[in-house]
Amino acid sequence: MSMIIPPPPPSEGSPSTGVAEPAPAEPGSGGALTAVEAEELGLTPTAKPRSLLRRGWEVFAENKLALASLGLVLAIVGFCFIGPLIYRTDQTHTNLANVLCHPSASHLLGCDNVGYDLLGRLMLAGQTSIEVGVAAAVVSVLFGTIYGALAGFIGGPLDTVMMRLVDAGLSIPYITVLIILSVIFHPNKGVIIFVIAAFYWLGVARLVRGETLTLRTREYVQAVKVIGGRRSRAILRHIVPNAIGTIIVQGTFAIADSILILAGLGFLGLGVQPPTTDWGSILSGGLQYLQSSQSYWWLIYPAGIAIILTCIAFNFIGDALRDAFETRLQRR
Amino acid sequence: MIGYLIRRIVQAIIVLVIVTVLTLALVHLFPGGPIRALLGPRATVVQVAFYNRQYGFDQPFYVQYVKWVAQILQGNFGFSAKLNISVASLIAQDLPKTIVLVVLGTIVSLGTGIPLGMYQAVKRYTVGDYVLTGVSFLGYATPTFFVGLLLVEWFAVDTHIFPPFAPQSSSLLGVLSQPRALVLPVLAYAFVLYALWSRYMRSSVMDNLVQDYVRTARAKGAGENRVLWGHIFRNSLISIVTLLGLSLPTLVAGAIFIEVVFNYPGMGLAFYNAALNVDYEVLLGFTVLATLATVLGNLLADISYAILDPRVRYS
Repeated sequence: MSMIIPPPPPSEGSPSTGVAEPAPAEPGSGGALTAVEAEELGLTPTAKPRSLLRRGWEVFAENKLALASLGLVLAIVGFCFIGPLIYRTDQTHTNLANVLCHPSASHLLGCDNVGYDLLGRLMLAGQTSIEVGVAAAVVSVLFGTIYGALAGFIGGPLDTVMMRLVDAGLSIPYITVLIILSVIFHPNKGVIIFVIAAFYWLGVARLVRGETLTLRTREYVQAVKVIGGRRSRAILRHIVPNAIGTIIVQGTFAIADSILILAGLGFLGLGVQPPTTDWGSILSGGLQYLQSSQSYWWLIYPAGIAIILTCIAFNFIGDALRDAFETRLQRR
Repeated sequence: MIGYLIRRIVQAIIVLVIVTVLTLALVHLFPGGPIRALLGPRATVVQVAFYNRQYGFDQPFYVQYVKWVAQILQGNFGFSAKLNISVASLIAQDLPKTIVLVVLGTIVSLGTGIPLGMYQAVKRYTVGDYVLTGVSFLGYATPTFFVGLLLVEWFAVDTHIFPPFAPQSSSLLGVLSQPRALVLPVLAYAFVLYALWSRYMRSSVMDNLVQDYVRTARAKGAGENRVLWGHIFRNSLISIVTLLGLSLPTLVAGAIFIEVVFNYPGMGLAFYNAALNVDYEVLLGFTVLATLATVLGNLLADISYAILDPRVRYS
């Protein structure tokens, strides 16, 4: 509970390490806390002050589903990035002899329509999907956080103008512009990260601004102003660290959403260009053979399941993180 | 209320201006400009210059912008050189079909998402709730087009219950005359939206369940059904109305993917083909129209929110 209004010396900067102060006693309660209550509040002398991240992790670790999701994400990352070292396949030369070959001992998941081994393809595509997803999330969260924190902290006409711009951006049906941008730039990995982030930061900016609006009236932020601290100090050292929970949660969802957007563009054939590929591009190939008399299930299920598993895992992690950070509002 | 309305409408107009400027600027990002993109790499410099002059692309940006907006206000959305048809008539031909898909999909998703979300809130932390939560998470994590692919694979290719393609007809009546072919596209479209509504309804009802007015209703002796449908349901609908207005970009995106998967001859498919053919007039016209719909949707959401919830307009 001390984390709601932490009493950090402003010069220390990090409110998350503030030592807990005993809560003011309620009238009539006698003013003394029982040992158990004190323990619950983390007020016993032996209880070390724990950082927000540390306590967040403790709550997170209690959530079995979240831990399993974290394990799943690690497994998928391992599959995509370490897998190719063990399961070696040629992903640069097409092989017409292997076109649409069925799963067999030499090609565990069969081959695609130009003869690439699909299991190897899945790993390579996963690298792109994960790299782009994480990078787009990082870019949009960084930019959105700075933008939103600035707008919320400065306020006034500048805030109004900045947020109108965000509103305008959010009013554009993002998919149409993403498609146009993809057609213009024939994106590679680097470009597509910025194309996705160009839209995703808007939502983050709005969220962080809202958080900033509530944080900037807090005493410890006011105190920075009083002792003559600069705005940048108040924003970077006090507001952003306190909004970090919201930001990290949003970042986690951003990874899942970016992977979905990339998959969508890839499916339309507007994502990363061959020989690079992503999970959505694999599914795009599957669509062409969907109507054929023979079932080419390996063109559809593996890539689709990979997308779903990854996104579900990130969503579960985000949900658990939200719970973990919100507990700072509860007695813990 | 009137003041609120005026303020909100002025905001919407400002947003529209910003978006249209951005959209037109986007066209100039085509490598070599829009005319080069249209004519292709083999066109000569003279040809490109000629058509740049013809279409006014040699004029300053603000002149182009004013002319373009004036045209749109007169209902002239440009002319598709690739399809040899005016964009306005392309819209008139394809938009109704997309609206059918979007409206049917939204109705199906609301019709399932709202009751099931309420069920989850009432029976929270039971097996039923967990199962439905799992379904919603699946909806969040599944790309729209993959849902479409799976439905085609299961219900059209494997079992032949429904046709694998959407109705193939250029007219609205032609589309409506093949209801069986509409089932899979509408279901695929509804699934992802279902996750959105049910999740929202669940948390909204759970928030409302602990409100004072619910206790009051119970205290005066209202039965559980009356509390649920007469009080909580109506209050939760407020947030659904807002969410519906704000979800238009999602609705548009869903329409594009579903139309591509099922080859449904609506606006999304036309937009996609225009993107592949770099038919920039169609791209511009459709984007402006979709943006207009989104801005209107947001505006309607805010206004209906103010009507439904008096606290908004008095604060």
